[in-house]
Amino acid sequence: MASAESRLRIRKENDVHQVEFIDRNILDEGNIQQIGEEISEIIEAEGKPNVLISFSNVDHLSSAALGTLITLNNKVKGKNGQLRLANIDPQIYEVFVITKLNKLFQIHDTTSEAMSAF
Amino acid sequence: MNQPSPAAAPDEASFELFNEREQIEQAEKALLAALERQRFDGASIFAIRLAFEEGVVNAFRHGHKELPDKPIQVSWKVKPHEVAISITDQGPGFDPEDVPDPTLDANLEIPSGRGIMLIRAYMTEVAFNDQGNSIQMRYEFSAETR
Repeated sequence: MASAESRLRIRKENDVHQVEFIDRNILDEGNIQQIGEEISEIIEAEGKPNVLISFSNVDHLSSAALGTLITLNNKVKGKNGQLRLANIDPQIYEVFVITKLNKLFQIHDTTSEAMSAF
Repeated sequence: MNQPSPAAAPDEASFELFNEREQIEQAEKALLAALERQRFDGASIFAIRLAFEEGVVNAFRHGHKELPDKPIQVSWKVKPHEVAISITDQGPGFDPEDVPDPTLDANLEIPSGRGIMLIRAYMTEVAFNDQGNSIQMRYEFSAETR
C-alpha cells in the first residue's frame, strides 16, 4: 500500500473528509480495492467519521465500485458517522437508480449542498 | 484470432482474453471504437461498455476463480443499429436464477451481486447457455431505445 500511488484527492474541511477520484473510470478491481483501503483508513482513524465522496471526474464505474461504496457506507454507519455522495453524472446516477442504491446512499447534486447537510 | 487493436476497431471480432487489465482495456477500446464508427450515441456506448465490463469481470471473478491463468472467449458483431456480444468462460457455470435480487431492501447493503442485473437492465436481450458459463447479450440502438 505504501508504495502505491494514491488514486484519490483528499482534504479535510469542517470535520468532513472530502474525497475526489483521480481516475475517470472506476473499473479496475485492483484500483477499486486500493480506493476502498484508502477511504477505510480515514474511517478507521476517526471516532465519528464524516466523509463526502465527489464523483465530479468520474465517467464510468462498475458494480465492483458500487460494492466498495456499500462496504464503506456500512463501516461509516457502524461508527455513527455519515457518508454522502455528490456531483454524480446523470448516466452514473442512473446506475444508482437501477440498483436502487439511491435509496441507500445520501446523494447530493453538489459538494456545497452535501457539505451543508453534515 | 488475435485480440483486436483499438486502431483496427473491427465490426466483428472473436478472440481469447486473459485476466490482464491492459488487455481488457484494449479489447474495450476496440469495441468502443467500432461502436463510434457505427455512430452509436453516448448513452448507448455507456450502456454497452458497462455490460461488457460486467460480463468480463464476472467471467474471471466467478467462472475462473479456480482457473486464474486461463483465458475467456470474447466475440462481438457490430452492425449499424445493433451489437451482439458473447463472453464464455471455461468454468463450471452458474444458474443466474440463483443470484439474489440485489434491489430488495434486505439485500441493499450486500456489496456484491449487481453485475448481472446491470447487464439485464442495460441490454436489449440477455441469454445464458444451459451450462451457465456463456452469456450472450444484444443491444439495439434505435429511437425507441432512448
